[in-house]
Amino acid sequence: MKARVTVTLKAGILDPQGKAIEGALRALGVEGVTSVRQGKIFDIELEGLDRGKAEAVLREAADKLLANTVIENYRVDVLG
Amino acid sequence: MKAAVLVFPGINRERDMARALTLISGRQPAMIWHAQRELPSGTDLVVIPGGFSYGDYLRCGAIAARSPIMDAVRRHAAAGGLVLGVCNGFQILCEAGLLPGVLMRNGNLKFICRDVFLRVERSDTPFTRGYNAGQVIRIPIAHGEGNYVADAATIARLEEEGRVIFRYVSPEGETDPVWNHNGAVNAIAGIINERGNVLGMMPHPENHVEDALGCTDGRGLFAGLVDYLAKAA
Repeated sequence: MKARVTVTLKAGILDPQGKAIEGALRALGVEGVTSVRQGKIFDIELEGLDRGKAEAVLREAADKLLANTVIENYRVDVLG
Repeated sequence: MKAAVLVFPGINRERDMARALTLISGRQPAMIWHAQRELPSGTDLVVIPGGFSYGDYLRCGAIAARSPIMDAVRRHAAAGGLVLGVCNGFQILCEAGLLPGVLMRNGNLKFICRDVFLRVERSDTPFTRGYNAGQVIRIPIAHGEGNYVADAATIARLEEEGRVIFRYVSPEGETDPVWNHNGAVNAIAGIINERGNVLGMMPHPENHVEDALGCTDGRGLFAGLVDYLAKAA
């Protein structure tokens, strides 16, 4: 079973890296970009779990390690 | 003073820390590998030094904060034992939940390696009794992620409870955005936990303890700890 955990910065948390990327895009002449926020994607493979259990395991992984919930939100997608 | 210095893969300031502790307390600290599950019995002070544990993978300090020795550190702190985290050590304490907040990328996106001026906000903690409240000390920083951030309620609480221990200031002791090198909220350079026995700070006091290095402003922190523990014994 494949799954994806997406971790993003919470709204209101400054993202200097995103800002730098935004500036670089502008410098490259990429038009129309008004904001960039950088996040992380974890592609995860699981075995021997049904869909519900897999989601629970991924949430546990995100809460315990993949995300710092002080500053980050996460989303869990079981891709099947 | 029986100190234990934790060693994680990628840490690189543990020898500086051991040297400072030995110089000032007269006793060599135990060097404790991260995979161990117990601290030496009778440990008074746990020090988590600076460096780049696990190459800063995932988030600074994130993986070290979940290593086996950290359960022993949690028990030590819960029993009232002293814990000092410097630089990566501060990041690890935040990731471990022993201190609130998080250290984000510096506001100017640069790795900053220079001496800074800190105002010691309180002298009535085990870590700062070697200084006077309001005293300005010169201590080096060397980090890319030292920009302290927490939600507004946490910051308000830290300030109300007097838990901001060090702040980045001008040489005259004034807060000023120009002297807040990494952009930290309220120029926060170091904080203490609610109980007052766990301190995290970005600057490196262990690097300013010898005349040969041009400044001894870091000595007060270690000398204060030695004094505190001698009186507590």
